[in-house]
Order: sequence, then structure tokens, then C-alpha cells
Amino acid sequence: MSPQPQAAVGAPLSRVDGRLKVTGQAKYSAEHDIDGVVHAVVVDSSISRGRITGMDTRDAEAQRGVLKVISHRNAPELAYREFPFIPFPGERLHVFQDDRVRFFGQPVAVVVATTLEAAEHAASLVKVTYDAEKASTDLTDAPAEAGPLPFARPYSRGDAEAALGSADVRMEMTYRLSRNHHNPMELHSTIARWEGNKLTLWDKTQHVIGTQNELASVFGIPPADVRVLTPFIGGAFGNGLRRWPNTTIAALAAREVKRPVKLVLTRRQMYFSVGFRPAYEYKLRLGSSRRGRLTAMTHDFKYETSSYERFWEANLALGQMLYAVPNVSQTPQTVPLDVVTPIWMRGPGYSTASFAIESAMDELAYKLGMDPIELRLRNEPDEDLSSGHPFSTRRLRECFSVGAREFGWHRRNPRPRSTRDGDWLIGTGVATGCYDVFQSAAQAHARLDADGTVVVQSATHDVGTGTYTSMSQVAADALGLAVRHVTFQLGDSRMPPAPPQGASQTMASVGSAVQDTCDKLRQQAIKLAVEDERSPLHGVDADDIVVRGGRMHVTGNPARGETYRQLLARNNRTHLEARGSYSPVPEQDRRFSMYGYGAVFAEVAVDARLGLVRMRRMLGVYDAGRIISPKLADSQALGGMIGGMGQALLEHTVTDHRDGRITNANFADYLVPTHADIPDLKAIYLDGEDYKADPIGVKSLGELVMVGVAPAIANAVFHATGRRVRELPITAEALL
Amino acid sequence: MHPFSYTRVTDTRQALTAGRDGGRYIAGGTTLVDLMRETVERPRTLVDISALPLREITVAKRGGLRIGALVRMADVAAHRGVRALYPVISEALELSASAQLRNMATIGGNIMQRTRCTYFRDVNADCNKREPGSGCAALHGVNRTHAILGTSDDCVATHPSDVAVAFAALEATVVLLGPDGERTVPFASFLLKPGSTPNREQALRRGELITAVEIPAFPRPLKSGYLKVRDRQSYEFALTSAAVALHIRGGVIRQAKVAAGGVGTIPWKLTAVERELIGKRPSEALWTKAAERAADGARPLQHNRFKVELLKRTVERQLRIVGGGK
Repeated sequence: MSPQPQAAVGAPLSRVDGRLKVTGQAKYSAEHDIDGVVHAVVVDSSISRGRITGMDTRDAEAQRGVLKVISHRNAPELAYREFPFIPFPGERLHVFQDDRVRFFGQPVAVVVATTLEAAEHAASLVKVTYDAEKASTDLTDAPAEAGPLPFARPYSRGDAEAALGSADVRMEMTYRLSRNHHNPMELHSTIARWEGNKLTLWDKTQHVIGTQNELASVFGIPPADVRVLTPFIGGAFGNGLRRWPNTTIAALAAREVKRPVKLVLTRRQMYFSVGFRPAYEYKLRLGSSRRGRLTAMTHDFKYETSSYERFWEANLALGQMLYAVPNVSQTPQTVPLDVVTPIWMRGPGYSTASFAIESAMDELAYKLGMDPIELRLRNEPDEDLSSGHPFSTRRLRECFSVGAREFGWHRRNPRPRSTRDGDWLIGTGVATGCYDVFQSAAQAHARLDADGTVVVQSATHDVGTGTYTSMSQVAADALGLAVRHVTFQLGDSRMPPAPPQGASQTMASVGSAVQDTCDKLRQQAIKLAVEDERSPLHGVDADDIVVRGGRMHVTGNPARGETYRQLLARNNRTHLEARGSYSPVPEQDRRFSMYGYGAVFAEVAVDARLGLVRMRRMLGVYDAGRIISPKLADSQALGGMIGGMGQALLEHTVTDHRDGRITNANFADYLVPTHADIPDLKAIYLDGEDYKADPIGVKSLGELVMVGVAPAIANAVFHATGRRVRELPITAEALL
Repeated sequence: MHPFSYTRVTDTRQALTAGRDGGRYIAGGTTLVDLMRETVERPRTLVDISALPLREITVAKRGGLRIGALVRMADVAAHRGVRALYPVISEALELSASAQLRNMATIGGNIMQRTRCTYFRDVNADCNKREPGSGCAALHGVNRTHAILGTSDDCVATHPSDVAVAFAALEATVVLLGPDGERTVPFASFLLKPGSTPNREQALRRGELITAVEIPAFPRPLKSGYLKVRDRQSYEFALTSAAVALHIRGGVIRQAKVAAGGVGTIPWKLTAVERELIGKRPSEALWTKAAERAADGARPLQHNRFKVELLKRTVERQLRIVGGGK
């Protein structure tokens, strides 16, 4: 088979849905016009733990326009069939099924009314009384437990204790990361509509198939009777990777009032009844030779989970595979608290562990008087020491050398506090980024119409990553079409199944399925042509034909050929269609260790007298495999840097542990970077592909770009000031 | 949001009548509407005064300034006379809020804005300012951003305005119109410390309307400026701030007007700092010595101890920026 020319892939296209978005025509979950829709507003608990002893809904019910107030007192029993796809051990929250309160802000009732204003006002009139119990919300003073098994097993290789005992250099540090919230612009929103026993949901979700199956399990109906649509998503960062109570509440309310119901959480509720990136306390010990060869590393850490589920995230991999450390031990622990269950947030686990590991590497470099990049290069492994597998590709050295050159790293004076600009101390820092190449099974469908255009579908998502565009590019090249002749559709559970849009798996998984599908469709068209006596391609070996601009022709003889349109017209075909898929190599059969890598460089200015840290510039150099869509890749990379900047310097969900209330549940008090905070950012991608990873040669990007940012900034702050801050975010208090 | 009625008035007489009957004045609405949505504020009647003729900025011959209560923050900040005579005012405004808010919010509303204390804004929390007698959740709660000056056991909330700090420094007066006619109140006594009645925030009588803020004339040249210290570069309230205006003649400081923000329950006039400066020659040492007095009387809370030192350094820095030195 002749390889298709690459024309669309690699081109810096703008989003194909950009015009829809900037003209307001892209419809987000709350924006669909559904006949007869009524409005729901959630009433949430004002205690963290205890029982509801009373609920006075009379004033609320007396309001004009109010249809119903639903709570555990009058809600029907819901099936909550066993649902194996929630990865966290424990039992998910059952909505309005009992009087227990498990976290502050837990939904305890919902008001449904004909207008949003009436529902909001009535919700504020519902009076709830509680029997409050002592709540536990503080990671630092609640008991920890191992695991959770089977996902977070303690790990060891070699003998870390013995190696530490005999190391030339021993260090022990404790790092702390505060709780962060995802804070997407789009609030969690659902419109639920029942037609008989069939449920349709327009829902903000990063997994339409998961939402379909979970809602079916909650209501005890067949999954085929649930349809979930999410054509556009206004950012999610992981928060839409599972269902929160609001989706069930909307569906329940719609069934109770027999009308379609719209439910949009308030910004405040986005901090209470949906998950978050958990706070950590991470103790790291390391042993090293004087020449900077690591001999041992131990990772003892604990992090938040809820009282009813055991959250886990990928916080172990980096400690096992990032550096050539012969002796390693890891002890993960969770601390059950009276909070909602955490959920994966951009770069989950990896970004957290990298703050500890990459800060520690920097500390060791200074202790040894060694350049921090050199220290990392001295500990480059030849293979993945956790599995013994070779790396599919690992070009971290190149990331550092390209980055150091571009950033001017070697011009820096390595001495802390050595560079000043007026009142500002200037510092630079570096860290390694790394993230898994995660993949899942995915399917797609493509239909080539008689007019020469194609529609490709998969039940995937576009959280802002640009899936519409990147998939169109893959399809365009596989079919030899211009991108404008390709329409990619997503976000509908009736489409061919696709995995959640998380863990940076979409391009590798869905992209490979789209390519497989479009390859099949192209081959089908070519077969039709070569077997058609009236075709100029009749009798040509199918393997000698390529397609460009919608026209099939003989390789090396462009004059001999015809277009898809001509072929279909002559054969009286309205369309051709194909279905394709991708299945990753099962974990146990993997022969390669597959990760994306990056080198992150940061320059900060610190006004040490006033405790201010301001970013000056940042550079990321990534080994992410093939870059399908460079402009969108930049959008990911710069967004990741900004997210990391927030994690490093600003973001902190603050809890009043006296009652478990979050005190900064709004955008004025929970700080994320503003434009004024964001300096000159640049991303560079190493040219190349990784076909050992998947058929389209991509690794992963969206999560990778978040990992290493926070430690690079913290390391730069140390270089600027000589002060090592081991707690995020780095605020004025730590620097005065 | 609770139901309310809304009327729009076109002259001050109508406004005062509606105000006397218990109506709440609304102009830009950037604070009030937010708080109504959170049900922190539950006015029965809103009286929209946006159409009143209070949109003039006038510069007096001798250099004083009168800013109509309905002039938008953005317009005050951009006004040539303000920029020339009192940069501290335009700087304070430009470091406030966001461009969108500055285009909506008025000067009268700005000095009337209510605290950002998160417990005040959370209707489920105890707050004496919102619900007299319920207690102060911030006193022993999360209080990193709270006040260290002018606090009481009943309230530790800061006043959030930046430009009010400049007004306090410059010893502005507030012009009020009420049923009994016009009166002027010195800025220092317009905003009230919480004491045991934190729900009373301004020395306003029932139905009174702010018509203008007046800045007195100062001997020239008057150098001035505003420094705001905050976690992020934009769109955040001050951790600490300093408004400084200095009249230096013959190498000697003849007048010093200094106030601090982000630290007090009201914009905090630093008279002890001013006294240290008067009659002295500008120097690095003087700024340090004077700024040492900035936190006199401070009562820090569990999470805001750092503000004591940060306040001194903020004042010291701004004295140097305005007064010169290394």
C-alpha cells in the first residue's frame, strides 16, 4: 500500500469550530433549546458530617412557579445497580436516598420551578436542620490508611534503607501541596429529558459513554435507553471524568416533574459537590554518590480522599521510572476525610509527584554544587527500571539540550541570589516533565458522500483540546481530502464508542481508530475503482494508488486517475462507509515503556522585601511523538504552563477546618493566573514520531505539559532568593 | 436573589424621597448585585440613581478637586486633572478590579463597597456585620486577608477599596445630600470602625445620598503614588497597600499624607508615619524609620501575622518610590 501524503497533519490549522465558538453558535450543555424546559437549583448542606433532622420546604413550595422540592424525604428509591466502572473502591454517593451528610455542600434537596429566578429564590427559602457530628477535613491531623488497593500498592526494589544508610549524601525533605480545584469556565450543566422510559441528557462530561452507563445503572434502565450528548465543552481539566450528583439530580427531577429539567451548578457549588486535586504531604528521602549518581529514593506520602470512596491517581510511576535509581521504596497512603471524593486534575499524580522529585533533584544539585541539568543527565536510565522494558522513545537528553540552548541556561550564574534587577531578584529553574502514554480501545465510523465530502464520527469529546480539528486532519490525510471536506462529529453516546477524554489518550486512541477507519474507506474506494471497467484505474494494483485532493491516481503517474465523486456517480452510489477501530496492546503484553517527556525552564523575578513572585518567561521542550496539530499543541502547552504557574504560585482551596467549609469558593478569592501574570511562554516539540506507541506515532501532550512546571518555578524561586519553599502555592508569607 | 422592586429616578429630589422611604441606591451595581445574588443583601426596593447629574469632575482654581459621585472609576482614572494633580488617585483606581468593573463602578459606590470577608459573603457563616449578634467566624477562622488595624472582637474585616485609601491619605471630604440639605463629612469620619456595631459602616443618615468626594488643594509640587501588594498581578484585593503624597520644598518634607489599605477595617491613615516625616530631609534611613511606625497598634490574627512586617515594607517602599532615594 502506498503511504498517503501528509498534507493536513502537521499543518498549523486554526480550530475548525473556532467560528462557531467565537460567534456563540457552539452550544454548550446548558444552551440547548429544549421545549418546555424548567429549572432546578440545588440546596446544599451547611455541615460536613451528620444527619438531616428536619427540612421545612413550605415557604419554597409556596413561591409562584415552584413545581416541586425534592429531597431524601420524598425522592423515590433509585436502583443504583452495581456499577463496576467507577475506579475508586467504596460506594458512590447515592443522591437523596438517606439523611446522611458526608461533606459540606452535599446536595440535600433540589427545587424545580418554571423560571430560574423562582427556583433560585425558593432554594434560598428551604430551611434545613441538622444533627452535626465532628467533621474531619484536615489532611495533617486525620489518620491515614494504606493504599488504596489494588490501585496504589506499596512498591520497592533493591534495599532503599540500606542504600540510604551507606550513601555519601543523604537528604530528607517533606513537600506539601494544597488542594486545587479545576475551575473550568463552563459550569457543570445538565438538561435531562425523559420520553417514556428513555432518557436524553445534554451534559457536561468528558465521557458520554460512561455517563450513559452510569445513569442507566442509577435508574435501573438499559444503557440503550440513555443517550448522552456533549458536542461542546467549556474546559474541564478532569472534572468531567466522572458523574457528580448534579447529573442524577437533573434526571431525577425531570422524571418527577415530567418536564425536561435544566440544572446548572453555581460557581460556588463547583467547589463543594464536585471533586478536586487532593492535598498532599510527601516525604522524600534520597541517597546519592558525591558524583551525583542516585543510589536510593524513598517516597512516603499521603493525600486526601473521601469517607465513602478511596481515591487514587498515578502518583507512583515517576518515582519508579524517571531516573536510574537502583533502590526505591514507595508507601502511598490516603486519608479519608469528610469531603467529596477527589478527581483527577490535569497531570494527575504525575504533577504532584514531580513537585517533590524535581524539587529534591534541584536541592541535591545545589548540595553537590552540580548543574541541575547535568545531575539529571547523570541519572538517565537505559531502560525502564520498573518493568525492564526498553523505552519506545525517550529523548529527554535532547529536550534538555535544545531547551538549554534556547533558554540560555548556561549563561546563568548558578549561585543563588546572584542576579538582581532593581528591587527584583532574578532566578531560573528547570525540571523534568513526564507523562504516561495511556491508550484505550476506540472505534470510529466514516461515510464518504457522493459530493466527495466525508463525515467521521466517534463518541469522543473536545474539552478544548481541539479534537474536532485534529481528528479532521488525520481523516483528511488518510482519505486524501482537504480538511474543509471533512466533518468530524463527536460527543454523542450513540456514536461508535470512545474512551473518556482524559489521561491524554484521545489522540493516540481515537486518532488511531479514525485513521484505521479512513484507511479502510479509502481502500474501499480504491477497490471499487480498480475493479470498475469504466474507471481509468481499472486493473491497477490497489497498492499503487494514492489519493490527493479527493482524486485517486497511480503513484508516479498523476494523470491516470479519477475523483471519488466521479467514481461514486458512475456507480450510482450515494455513499461509501466504513467502521474502524484501535485496540492498544494489553498492559501485560507491552514490550515497551511508553512515556512523553519534557524539559521545563522558568525564569522568575522575586521582590523578596514584599514577598512577590512574578513570572518572567517559561520554555517547554517536549518529546511528545508526532504533533498532529501544532497550533492546538501550543494551546495545550501554554495552557499547561499557565496551569502549573497557578499550582506553583496561586491556587489553593482553603478550608475552615472547624466545620469543613471552603472559604474561597469563588473566582475572586480562589486565584488563578490572569493575563497580567502570564509572561512570555514558548513551547518546542522535538521533531519525530513514535510508531512503537501507536499507528499514528503520537505519544501524549495535554497532561505532560502540566508536569514539571511547578517545580521549575519553585527551583527558580530558590535560585533567585536562596530560599527553598517546599509548600505550594508559594505565597508572600514564605518569602518575607 | 430575593424579589425586589426597582425604580429609576431622574432628579435628586425624587432620589431623596425614595431613599427616605427605605430604598437602596444603586448605580453601577458591581457590588450590590453580586451580594444580592448571594442573598447577603436583600433590599426590598432599589432606586437607580444612574441618571442623576453627578458626573462632573471639577478642578478648583487653587488645585482642589471635586469628583461627582456617579463618575465611573475608569473616567476618574483617565481624567487629565486627576492624573496631573493626584496620581495617587488614578494609580489606586487603575490597580483596582478589572477594566470591565472600572467601566461600570462609580466613585460613590466604590467608597460604599462592602468587605470581601469570605464569611460575610457566605450566608451560612456567622457574621456580625451581616447578622448582628451572630458572632465573627473570621476572628478564629481563616483570616489571612483580614485586618490587623481597627479591629474589634466583633469584626476583623478589611475595607476593600483602593481609591478610598488615597482619599483617606489626602484627607478628602464626602459631600452628602439629605432631606435636611447638604453637609460634608471628613473622609476619616465617613467610614466607621466596626467597634461593637460592625453592621454600621458609614456615617450616613437615612436616605442620604453621596453627591461628591472633594480633595483639598495642597501646596505644589505634590508627588504622590499608590503601591498595591497582592498575590497576583491583577484583579485581586490588596494584601497591603500604601498611598503616599509628599510636598518637599527646599529639600525638606513639608507635608506628608500617608494611608494604608488591606490592613484596616477602614482605610488606615498613618499619622504616626506622617509625623516622622514632617520637617525631615528625604533619605533611605528616614523612609525606614518612618515606616517602622506603620503597624503601630496592630493586632494580628492567626493567619495574617505576616501583614505586620509586610505593611511596614510596603510603606517604606512607597515612601522611597514617591520621595526618592536608591
